[in-house]
Amino acid sequence: MKRTFALVLALTFVIGIAVFASNAQAADPLGDVKIKKDEPIHIAYWFVVAGPDASLGEDTKRGVEIAVDDKGGKILGHPIKLSGQDTGCNAEGGQAAATKLASDPTIVAAIGSNCSSEAKPGVPILWKAGIATVSPSNTAPYLTDPKRGPEYDGYLRTAHNDKVQGAVAAQFAFKKLGVKKAATIHDGSVYAEQLQAVFAEEFKKLGGTITSQEAVAPTDTDMRPVLTKIATGKPEFIYYPIFIAAAGHITRQVKEVTGLEKTNLMSADGAFSPDFYKAAGETAVGMFHSSPDFSAFAGGYKDFLAKHQKKYGEKPIAPFHAHAYDAATMVFAAIEKVAVKGKDGSLTIGRKALRDALYATKGLKGLTGTLNCDKFGDCADPRIAVYQQTAENIKKLENPQVPFWKPY
Amino acid sequence: MGQRFHGRFSPTDIVMWLIGGGLIFLAIWGAIATLSAGVYSARHWIDFVIFGLAQGSIYALIATGYTMVYGVLRMINFAHSEVFMSGPYTAYFVAAAFYRSGFLDAHPIVSLLFIFIVSMAISTGIAFALERVAYRPLRNAPRLVPLITAIGASFFLQYTFRGLYGSGFQAYPVFKMLEGHWTILGIRILRFQLVVILAAVLLMLALYSFVMRTRIGKAIRAVSEDKEASALMGIDVDKMISMTFVIGGAAAGAAGVLYAVMFKQVHFFMGFIPGIKAFTAAVLGGIGNIPGAMLGGIFLGLMESIGPSLFLDGLGIVAPYQLKDAIAFTMLVLVLIFRPTGILGERLAVKKA
Repeated sequence: MKRTFALVLALTFVIGIAVFASNAQAADPLGDVKIKKDEPIHIAYWFVVAGPDASLGEDTKRGVEIAVDDKGGKILGHPIKLSGQDTGCNAEGGQAAATKLASDPTIVAAIGSNCSSEAKPGVPILWKAGIATVSPSNTAPYLTDPKRGPEYDGYLRTAHNDKVQGAVAAQFAFKKLGVKKAATIHDGSVYAEQLQAVFAEEFKKLGGTITSQEAVAPTDTDMRPVLTKIATGKPEFIYYPIFIAAAGHITRQVKEVTGLEKTNLMSADGAFSPDFYKAAGETAVGMFHSSPDFSAFAGGYKDFLAKHQKKYGEKPIAPFHAHAYDAATMVFAAIEKVAVKGKDGSLTIGRKALRDALYATKGLKGLTGTLNCDKFGDCADPRIAVYQQTAENIKKLENPQVPFWKPY
Repeated sequence: MGQRFHGRFSPTDIVMWLIGGGLIFLAIWGAIATLSAGVYSARHWIDFVIFGLAQGSIYALIATGYTMVYGVLRMINFAHSEVFMSGPYTAYFVAAAFYRSGFLDAHPIVSLLFIFIVSMAISTGIAFALERVAYRPLRNAPRLVPLITAIGASFFLQYTFRGLYGSGFQAYPVFKMLEGHWTILGIRILRFQLVVILAAVLLMLALYSFVMRTRIGKAIRAVSEDKEASALMGIDVDKMISMTFVIGGAAAGAAGVLYAVMFKQVHFFMGFIPGIKAFTAAVLGGIGNIPGAMLGGIFLGLMESIGPSLFLDGLGIVAPYQLKDAIAFTMLVLVLIFRPTGILGERLAVKKA
């Protein structure tokens, strides 16, 4: 009995000293990631790679993979290890993916998420574990809002803020198409809800009328009743910045509803994908989408497209591949800046230092433009254009290449 | 007298009735407010009814599968939504092949029939195999065991189909014959909706007369009354239970094609929501009762289509269609408060369960 007690006491001492020593060593307030010689630097993505919105995640995943290839697969002599979690384009999926990533201490930084609904619960979980994340496609204004709270301190994005996209859509509808009455539909997601709100506000400011702001569930299939309700307000324009499955149902069904046969339709970047043309079929001909202006991208974008074609045998399938490439480039640059090399060939990366380095990104030349991060993590240089769908590109299941209208 | 009154109605009953009364009052108030605002014309209401009937008849067809299985086995077959998914998802590949070869546009009726046959065959096969592999070995296990097995089977089937056909979705080709609309008695009705409603009604009539008029149907009803006694009368109980799954599977497969005609998109998770709704419809109509399931399905479809506009618009609720599922489930709560056995339900709870 006495001997056991002595043993426990001794063990406690040893552990206590070890803990104390390791604490004393850690210069970074959020802890360090230590990478031994020849061990990989682990970067994780959290994208929606399954389900109806998989094209969005697959597209960004490819952007990251090409960035890794361009880097030669190595940072500071250590191989890059890429792993990922599916996020499902909803809050629950984002939370689950973030929890899985947060439990893995080898992860240095994350790239994601795709849908803003995933980021809202997911980012605080990652940041609690000290993992900073750069999103290539979250666009909801809330995520970089000054009032978002300290739990979002580890969050940055290379995607545009929807304050820009919503305003472009409203200006396009009012000035270019000359419509005076518009209706909006959202799906309860952070992205759609905020984007249609920005649109409605700007449209009213320009002098237009919003006849109704409706909502559906992302899993709804029968949109005819809600469209009938919208038809009672006789709008000339319907703006539904939602995701592929529900947007496809609305596009197909809108022409079947009395009073909406000639209404102009517009969606946004969340449904700007060949999968959407599959979902909506020929009924999408003539409708509009707002999306990043690919023609305004930097010179390197052409090379990127050639590599993409070679590696995956097709053109990009959603709008955010270049943003993902830039997000990865930003993460690599920040790691190179803060990683401390040990004598034994190891690397030490401070989590807080990495986050600060990401936020300090200034004048980084990316594919989407020059990245300058502000103090809330908005790094993009947004150029949003409006595209129109033609019978030709829908038949070929490809995104249109030339913008229909630009605000600048 | 007071004692008897007390014995019959517990305080819980009174609270439930108050909740139910409150909900009904809100619904009536909302309806009056909406109708007096006069935003919707008669044509809008007729449109709502037609949309609701089309959606409801699909729920009704799926719901018969739930209710028949409950009738014979006293279990809820949660994997039925995957039986519903498997048919149209597989038949998509037939439809796509027909479309590419131009056969679909040249012979639309023949190809539609063929798609129906493939879908019904696959759904029937899956339902039959499900019963054989997952439920028969557990026939005499406690009631919770097959229920949990059903949930497991549901996941198994979902992810099997995800593995087979991919995690994305597919879109059915357009049947040109079913595009556009007809005008009947001054009412504008979309062609495919009329076809969906008629097909569903025909299938339900066929199913009902099969159960009521044929020898097999009679045997199934006997098994659902009393398994031991029907075995003593020389009925092959196992065969009849298989038969029940076969009929329910065929109905689900047919419903799946109607769903694909109406909504075009098919994917591995497509069965979940219609499955939950159809289960609700079966409970609403009185689970175990076939006409009840049909009635419950159509009632639910109508409520989802009309309800948000009729009840919620007048109450000044913004974007009411977001709450259409809430309306559907509130209806379920109301029916269960005032008629715990469902609209056409028998007092099964006392007799057999």
